[in-house]
This record gives sequence, structure tokens and C-alpha cells, in this order.
Amino acid sequence: MTSLNSDSANLGYRHPHLLGIEGLSAQEISFLLDLSGDYAKLDPRSHSYERLLDAHTVINLFFETSTRTRTSFELAAKRLGAEVINMSVAWSSIKKGETLIDTAMTLTAMHPDVLVVRHPDSGAVKLLSEKVDCAVINGGDGSHEHPTQALLDALTIRRRRGRLEGLTVAICGDVMHSRVARSNIHLLTTMGAKVRVIAPPTLLPSGVESLGVTAYFDMREGLRDVDIVMMLRLQTERMQGSYVPSIREYFHFYGLDREKLGLAKPDALVMHPGPMNRGVEIDSELADDIDRSVIREQVEMGVAVRMACLDVLTRPLRPSPEGA
Amino acid sequence: MDATNARRVAYLNARLLDPASGLDAPGALLTEGGTIADLGPRLFKDGVPEGIETVDCDGACLAPGLIDMRVQLREPGEEHKETIATASDAAAAGGVTSMVALPNTEPIVDDIAAVEYIARRAREVKRVKVYTYAAVTRRLEGQEITEMGLLRDYGAAGFTDGLKAVANAGVMRRALSYSRAFDAVIIQHPEEPALAGGLMNSGKLATHLGLSGIPNQAEIIMVERDLRLVEMTGGRYHAAHLSTAGAVEAIRAAKARGLPVTCDTTPHYFTLDEGAVGDYRTFAKVSPPLRREEDRAAIAEAVADGTIDALASDHAPHDQDSKRLPFGLAEPGIVGLETLLPLSLALVHEGKLDLLELLTRLTSAPAGILGFQSGLTKGNPADLVVFDPDRAWRIDPDSFLSKSKNSPFEDHAVRGKVLRCVVDGRTIYSE
Repeated sequence: MTSLNSDSANLGYRHPHLLGIEGLSAQEISFLLDLSGDYAKLDPRSHSYERLLDAHTVINLFFETSTRTRTSFELAAKRLGAEVINMSVAWSSIKKGETLIDTAMTLTAMHPDVLVVRHPDSGAVKLLSEKVDCAVINGGDGSHEHPTQALLDALTIRRRRGRLEGLTVAICGDVMHSRVARSNIHLLTTMGAKVRVIAPPTLLPSGVESLGVTAYFDMREGLRDVDIVMMLRLQTERMQGSYVPSIREYFHFYGLDREKLGLAKPDALVMHPGPMNRGVEIDSELADDIDRSVIREQVEMGVAVRMACLDVLTRPLRPSPEGA
Repeated sequence: MDATNARRVAYLNARLLDPASGLDAPGALLTEGGTIADLGPRLFKDGVPEGIETVDCDGACLAPGLIDMRVQLREPGEEHKETIATASDAAAAGGVTSMVALPNTEPIVDDIAAVEYIARRAREVKRVKVYTYAAVTRRLEGQEITEMGLLRDYGAAGFTDGLKAVANAGVMRRALSYSRAFDAVIIQHPEEPALAGGLMNSGKLATHLGLSGIPNQAEIIMVERDLRLVEMTGGRYHAAHLSTAGAVEAIRAAKARGLPVTCDTTPHYFTLDEGAVGDYRTFAKVSPPLRREEDRAAIAEAVADGTIDALASDHAPHDQDSKRLPFGLAEPGIVGLETLLPLSLALVHEGKLDLLELLTRLTSAPAGILGFQSGLTKGNPADLVVFDPDRAWRIDPDSFLSKSKNSPFEDHAVRGKVLRCVVDGRTIYSE
């Protein structure tokens, strides 16, 4: 990625887009997390956000259904005063006619300031970013990256533990198909955390160790003494005899329950990117345990992280960035 | 039972043979309750203390009981062909103290209830030790993998689709991969179905008889494909009942490359060739088919050099109604529990390998593949066979204890007879 404007006062994050965590430096990640932390301190009920994005247009372009991520981006943009347009496009209809690049051309002609894009194909958001002349935020592409999710996970951990460095984090479940896992692995390893992945062999991508993680097939072994347990969602179509034989077997060996969590550190936090399959990857009661589960806080941090990302990526458009 | 009150039996004047330790020496062995309490050349040299029962082996061989890793029990579902009780009797008469059943019963053993059913029936019958494999795929349909983790926890000895190959490479890859989490072995019936539609071995005889042929390539291609998948996944793989020189060659090369693969064969593949089919003899119809003489010799050679790890009976009971049919309609399969040892001993008598090596193929090697205990070791289960390796006799299927008598070995001359079979210290068969 090239710098949009090297003279910009935007020293902390010098990329035109946020397409992934891979390739970001620890400084850049810290900068985004610090700014996100500032946004998280603001009280949503005070209605006192600075309208930094007044008269800006943010388009949420979703080629895959999403409720929580789209809403989180929409809320973040609106709190900063932006005009938000949501475009949900059934990818099947796109396939019939317009190509992704045609879509990009059409959108460019409308001159949005930020495009938030989710797409079922890995690499599609990057392709689109090369064809438009505004900032692009990856809202999740295929099994590749979901950078704002990794940032909100990291912010949640930092608020609870004060740091990322030196922590041991277990990422459990469908690592193979998970963009959340990949972004989190990049972020956590860059920030000096130790990352374990725990899954049946059928749900671990080949050569996963090359990402700097340790792989475990045995969840009990993998959870031993970890600080953080991140659960991943298992898509229903992967449950019946293809990647795993059944829900009950998956829950028995890879579902998080109190007994398995007991092997982690006594104060280990439980995270999940949502939406949860209760009784598949996580015990329902555990998901609701406010002493262990920070799943609600993750959602809250999502809005703060997205505000920070929108702020940072639109700074080149604004005459006098803060702190200049 | 209190150990001091446990029944003690001394086996005297035996030739002790233990493949696990390499022991081959005259001596005695003591069982106490269900376990081996002591053994050795010097044991009871000064007589047997009072309170210990004695069995005089009269110079016969005393070895760990055979572990037959491939039998079909037919229970549940086809009890008119065989039951767990009759198969257990046949096993005991054959010196087999542990046997592992294929999951191709009715219902199919593809869930934990079926595994538990076999275990319960085996406890009720209480003769030889009966284990079962579970299916690799649900309903043996070759599509969706079974609950291998739970099935393993409930006692499945490994996974196989029985008489069917796991034909889809993607499914086999997933099975080999998934099974790694549970250190389970995947046992393949190595035959490419698209090439295995025939009735006997391809070649001149098939042409002469007008029977459709199954080429060696059906087996070789499947083994070679699977070995590539093992290379990719690291899963534990076992190829069942090898019948061709080409498949043996592939396994030999894979072992040299360090792949986690094993294989077995069955006495008929090193005893008979396709000629046994002769004049449409359905008792010699078997899957995979009996091959050419060159293949038979290569299989015998591979047993001798250890490329073939294990010998199994591939016991496949069929009633008369399933065999007294035109060749094309007859069921494939041979009963083998009662002939496994004598037919295998022919390799020793021919000088291909020594007795201890042969017993490795029949005891410690299958035990190693399946994670069972085997061996004349203090504390091990007292699962033993006493046999005379030299006694000459002729196989008479009518005298089999198995409910089915479908054997092509009628009147076949063999040397080697089981005299006694002991499971958990209890004699369950004696001549």
C-alpha cells in the first residue's frame, strides 16, 4: 500500500485504505487502538460527538448479508455526522450482470468519501479499492481479513488486561474459513501476543503454523493457561458430516464449556465475534456469564473502532487535522 | 476377586514364543486370574507349588493369542450366517483371542449405539474379545464422515467402510485429516469402484470363463491415491487384504518414505491363485479377487519381508443360499477364523520366515496398529494360544464351529493345529 499523502499530519496511519491487518506495523495498530480507546470513552448518551464527517458520504456496500457489522459501521458514521447509504447487493444478481469493477465505476461517479465493503470472495475488496478514488474499509472479504473485528477484539482485551504483549490467546473453531481468525492472528502476533489455534484438523488451513501460531487438535491441551479464549462461529453447512461429523461431536470436543474453560487461567476472558451458535461452539450459560464473557463489550467497542477508522481515513480530506 | 484368591494356572513344558520380546525358549508360564503372573525358562523347575492348576503343554508352542483384525460377525442382522457366539467359538478354535468386526452389519455400525450393542453382546457371550470398527462414512455411503471422536471414546477400534472403498478422494482426505485429532486408524478396502465391477481377476482365465474381470490396477490405483492423501494429511492409514504385487510395491515405497501406513493380507492371497476359481467355484469368489501366480508369490514375499505388517482372516461367513448360485450372483467371501493359523504356518514350513516372525504378523503387529495389548509380559491379559506347529491334518469345513462353511480349502493339507485357547486366563477351547 502506498501512502496517500506523506506530508499529511496523519502520521499514525499512513495508508489510504484499511484493507487488512497484515502488513500494518505495531505502531500503526497502537495508534488505531489508542484513537479507538478515546472514542470508547465518550458516552453515547451525551450526544456530544464532534461532527467530523459532516457533509461526508459513507457508502456501506455489502455483497453478503450482515446485520451487526453494517449497523455498527452505520452508527459509527452517523455519530460522526456523515450521510450513510446502505447498499445490500445480492452477489448472485451481480454475477448475472455488472462486474465488480463496473460497480466500482458506478460508485466512483457518485463521489462518496468512504466505502465500507463486505464481499464473499477473498481479495475482492482490494480489487475494488484499486478502482475507486475514495477510502475503502474492508468490512470482511471471504476467508481473508476482517480488520475492524480484530481491532475491536484487541481494544476489548487491552481495556480488560491493559496490554496485548505477552498474553496467550487461543483462537478456537473454524479457523480455515474465518477472516476473523486471520485478522486476529496478524494483529496479535504483531503486538507480541502468543497465539494458539484450536480446531479439528479438517478446520485448520494447511500450513497454519506459517502464520506464527501453534496448532492444537486437543482443545483441553490448547486452552491450558491461556489468558484469552476467542471462539469462532461454525457455519451450519459445515456441521453435517463434511468438515465435522455432527453438532454434538463438535460441541463435545470443541465447544467451550465450563469444564474446558477451567483449564485456562482463572480469569481468562471469553470472546466471540457473533453471531453465536449456542450449544455448538459455546455453552449458552457461559456466553451470558458477565464475569467471563466480554461478548457484549466487543459489540460496544466495534462502534468506537469504526469511528476511529472513519476519522483516520478521512483526515486527508479535512483542512486542519487535529493535533496539527 | 482378591488377587490371593485368584485362580492360578501353570502351563508347563511349553515352547514360549513372544514376538514382542523375541523370546523363543522352553519354559513355563503362570496365569493368575486374568493376567500373566510369571513366565520363563526356569519357572517351576523345582515343581509346582500346591494350589496351582497345571496344564502340560507337552512341548507345544505357547504364544500370545492371535489378534484377527478383520472379521465379519453378521450380528446384528444376518444371524442365519453367523452370530457373535458362533464366530467366537470359531475364533477360539482358531487360536484367535481378539477379533475386530467390520461395521457392515444391519444396522450398520456408524453410531455409538451400535458400538455399544456389539460391546454388550460380546460381554454376554464372554468368549474371545470382540471389538468393532465403526464406519468412516454414515450409512457406508462414502459422503459424510461419522462421529469419529465419540465413536473412538465409546470403543471403536478404528474406522473403515468395510467391503466398500472410501472412493471419493475429498472424503478420504477429510477422514484421514479428521481422524488425526483422535489418533484413529483409517482402514481402506483398496479398490477403485469404477474399475472393480467385475467378478474375478482380469486375464486369460476370466476371458476363458466369460466372466468380467477386475484388473490389478483397481487395487493399485486406490492404494497409490490413498498414499498421496496420507502424505498430505498425516493421517494413519491401513490398507486391508492386499492382493497384488503392485500395491505391495507402493506400500513398500511409502514405508521407505516414512509415511504412517500399514497393511495386511489374508491367507488365501498367498495360498491360492485365480486358478482356484476353476470351474466357476463360488467358494473361491472373494473381494478383491484371487490373482495370478506372480501376485500370489509377491504377497507371500511381502509377508516374509514385513512389508505386509499383519495377517487377518477376513472371515466372511455366507450360507449355502449365498454361494450355491451362478458365479455372478454369488456373494464374495471366505470363512477364515479357523484356518488363519494353519494356512499362515505354511509360510514357515516353506522356509519363507521363522515362526516368531510369523507370530508377529498375527499378534504384536495388529496389536500395535490397533493399540491393543499383546505379548507374554507379566501383567498383560492372559490371552494365549497353545499350538502344535507341525501336526499334519486336512481342512474339513464341515467340522468348522462357524455357522457358515464357505471355504475353498476343503481337504487342503496343512500343518499346525491349535490345541488350546485361553482368554483372560480362562480356557475357552481345548482340543
